[in-house]
Amino acid sequence: MLDKAKTAVNDDIGEETRLKLFETQVVIREAEQRAYDLFLQNLVKGTSHLSLGQEAVAAGFAVAMKKGDLSFCTYRGHAHTLARGVPVEKVLGELMQRDNGLMRGKGGSMHLTSEEHGVMGSYAIIGAHLPIACGAAWRAQYKGHDDVSVCFFGDGTTNIGAFHEALNFAAVWKLPVVFVCENNLYMEYTPIADVTAVPSPAGDRASAYGLEKIVIDGNDADVVYRAAIKAFDKARTGGGPSLIECLTYRHSGHSRADPAKYRPEGELERWKERDPIKIYKERLKQFGVGDAQIDKIVNGVKAVVDDATEKCKAAPNPPMDILTTDVYADGGFAWRN
Amino acid sequence: MAELTYRDAVIRGIAQEMKRDEDVVFLGEDIAKAGGVFKATVGLYEQFGPRRVRDTPISEQAILGAAMGAAMTGLKPIAEIMFSDFFAVCFDYIANEFPKSRYMTNGQTKCPLVVRTGNGAGSRFGAQHSQSVENWCMMIPGLKVVAPSSPVDVIGLLAASVRDPDPVIFLEHKSLYATKGEVPDGEILDKLGTAKILRPGKDATILALALMVPRALAAAEKLAAEHGIDCEVIDVRSLVPLDTQTILGSVAKTHRAFSVEENPRLCGWGAEIMSIIADEAFYDLDGPLVRITTPHCPLPAADILEDAILPTVDRIVDRIRKTLNS
Repeated sequence: MLDKAKTAVNDDIGEETRLKLFETQVVIREAEQRAYDLFLQNLVKGTSHLSLGQEAVAAGFAVAMKKGDLSFCTYRGHAHTLARGVPVEKVLGELMQRDNGLMRGKGGSMHLTSEEHGVMGSYAIIGAHLPIACGAAWRAQYKGHDDVSVCFFGDGTTNIGAFHEALNFAAVWKLPVVFVCENNLYMEYTPIADVTAVPSPAGDRASAYGLEKIVIDGNDADVVYRAAIKAFDKARTGGGPSLIECLTYRHSGHSRADPAKYRPEGELERWKERDPIKIYKERLKQFGVGDAQIDKIVNGVKAVVDDATEKCKAAPNPPMDILTTDVYADGGFAWRN
Repeated sequence: MAELTYRDAVIRGIAQEMKRDEDVVFLGEDIAKAGGVFKATVGLYEQFGPRRVRDTPISEQAILGAAMGAAMTGLKPIAEIMFSDFFAVCFDYIANEFPKSRYMTNGQTKCPLVVRTGNGAGSRFGAQHSQSVENWCMMIPGLKVVAPSSPVDVIGLLAASVRDPDPVIFLEHKSLYATKGEVPDGEILDKLGTAKILRPGKDATILALALMVPRALAAAEKLAAEHGIDCEVIDVRSLVPLDTQTILGSVAKTHRAFSVEENPRLCGWGAEIMSIIADEAFYDLDGPLVRITTPHCPLPAADILEDAILPTVDRIVDRIRKTLNS
């Protein structure tokens, strides 16, 4: 009887997709929170840039993607990597720089890559990956493939040259690429509004490249998912690129070194009222998903993250024999005879 | 066999590879309809069409980034950066993206692409359109760096670069575009990481690259005719991979080594090679290792000044003669 009720109220998104959107957000939330805890225990080395509070953007796009679609991420890329189905253990292992990490510790937190999942790299130089995503999209266009390249970046990226070069290039070549700006209001420590000539850092630039201004609620996974589907359809049917600005907020600092003391009082609390996971739990309930099912998903994810954490803690450090491998395609680093 | 200019060799090399492999695509500024600012890509657009030979906006980061994304996902792009000086505006790709992606991803990411560029002085263009930037590229682990001096090497090394699975920086010398050389018919494929002994000799080894190769050869003829000094001239051709065996073998025979470098003195390619010789062939040497370079100075525009600042045949002759007689 309950099933019937659910079917009756379901809409274009549908329950199966909604559960996937929810679970993906919870995976990101739990894994990122765990990464933070492990950092406090000095088990996550180097830097890390968390997406706590921004889960809906990663989930909305990733769930809308098909197998074969390609993700290009920034150094704040754990969320987008996890959202494509990369195992939590592989991600946490890389953050902890262990041998079981995604790249066996050779890349670290800022360079998560899993080509088998369509995660074509996380790029730590602001703006670098927008032109690279154009190139992957050019290949799709050239070969007649129907995959879409999806490129995620922060609001700060909209002021760097590569952003503008890539947008123009993609528009002129009509490439199947979707640019996704996660506007979390701050570059690193400085508010984006303090250093940008227009109110919407991405949206207000769209017209310069003949693109529609698209600014959406990035904390509602349904809104993100619908915008993603629309942009992907356009890209797959030869309509060219889209630029989508998602309004969101990071609950943590820029990186692990940042306590985020620059925020005005009450801002974080106001945004936490619009926590994407909180919003989505309510959404699931509206569509007839019960607490028991929600708890089951959350607990299942927690168990996966716990298990991954233990495996990572037990994993060895990378072995010395990978120190100089894979510099060149022959597997080594030889530069002379 | 036919006589071909260095410029036409570029066209033939690109065409040879595009004919061979449908995945080879070509992009850059003014390269398609206009045939390139140095006319080194004339006819490719007509032969291969707008799908494979594509003009880009003046967006060097977009050009190199797009080449990388295409290479990562299955194409074999050739990207042109009009002047090598412009590497400075897209150096992120050259220094951070192409060469590090394979290592950082533990071997997942591939980047089989070629960046062709007009390098070097002699065109009276001044300090920002005349530089020799081979040392900017040579110092970066993960790149390969090639600089041919003759038409036949342009074709053979370009083909090898396109077929190479790593990112290759292919430096064409602007002042060599009009020079001519004999080129065999049919497919030409050379090998990266191989130096060429162009003139055998017994008294001293001269190492040269690109435009400095014909000058080194002319200097060697003059040294032989006027001073009885018999020099072996090696065209290094490929800085990475570097053919140290040919170089060390020559030094073992001549006991003397000179480099002739167009790049400004500090950290030029010759410094690296000389350090290898000092390290591994010290007891073969009968005298100091000498680098003949452009000074640590930007390049002037005026012809009389530009001619004076680069290593000339006379300067090479003079320096070698004095070193050997001292």
